[in-house]
Amino acid sequence: MIGRRRFARDRFGRFKTGLGPSERELLKALPGQAQGLLEVRDPSAARVFPVAYPEDPKAESDYREMTGEHLLRRHQHALDTLAATVDEPSIDEEEINLWLDALEVLRLVLGTQLDVTEDVIVVEDSDPRAPQVAVYRYLSMLQGEIVDSLAEALPVDGIPGDPGDPGDPGEAL
Amino acid sequence: MTAPLETERPSGDEDVRPDRPWLVIVWNDPINLMSYVTYVFQKLFGYSFEKATKLMLDVHHKGRAIVNSGPRERAELDVVRLHEHGLWATLEQAS
Repeated sequence: MIGRRRFARDRFGRFKTGLGPSERELLKALPGQAQGLLEVRDPSAARVFPVAYPEDPKAESDYREMTGEHLLRRHQHALDTLAATVDEPSIDEEEINLWLDALEVLRLVLGTQLDVTEDVIVVEDSDPRAPQVAVYRYLSMLQGEIVDSLAEALPVDGIPGDPGDPGDPGEAL
Repeated sequence: MTAPLETERPSGDEDVRPDRPWLVIVWNDPINLMSYVTYVFQKLFGYSFEKATKLMLDVHHKGRAIVNSGPRERAELDVVRLHEHGLWATLEQAS
């Protein structure tokens, strides 16, 4: 990949994907698996629905009720979009943000399944978790590439005042 | 008409401070990429790259960082937006 940066923004505001066949197969298969885990609130999806009020069960229960469905629908939409657009040679800004969200969900679920506790995980090739670890590392690399591309468009000095939620397609609760 | 002043005075026992703000706290976790966390702080709060990076490093090294504060409704909305982005955020009232 040296000398060829993926997800660079072109002059039409689109992002070239440049994924290989095996990457596309993987990214088509993973969202469906994660969807099932999210729907049944599998323990491995716990990080997708974080706790807001660890010290206040009542407030936490209200928060869950208010946001649970919203977070689920938002992430489902992102996972569906990744699977549906992975063969496209380029994607638009809304789609790349949804890819970023989908990759985040996939990494949260896989990282929880692997019980990732360190920033760097090392396993022997013979370890039964080795294939999953390889997928996790790949998703991390891909997410990093997309972050680098999207971060380039942000003002280095920040946005003065109250920016609200610029560029975020998420609807209000 | 003159009112007896002493009955108008606060007793002194009441807490006359304005409402204590609510703190938006992001916790360290081993899954989220450092570059991603910095990006999310820039995008959601409009922070400069420098400020977002400092907060990310505080999260990474100190285990948590206060990334914003304000009235409860506002702070809770920030937490929702951080949760939308997969960050481990909580809120609590300043002591």
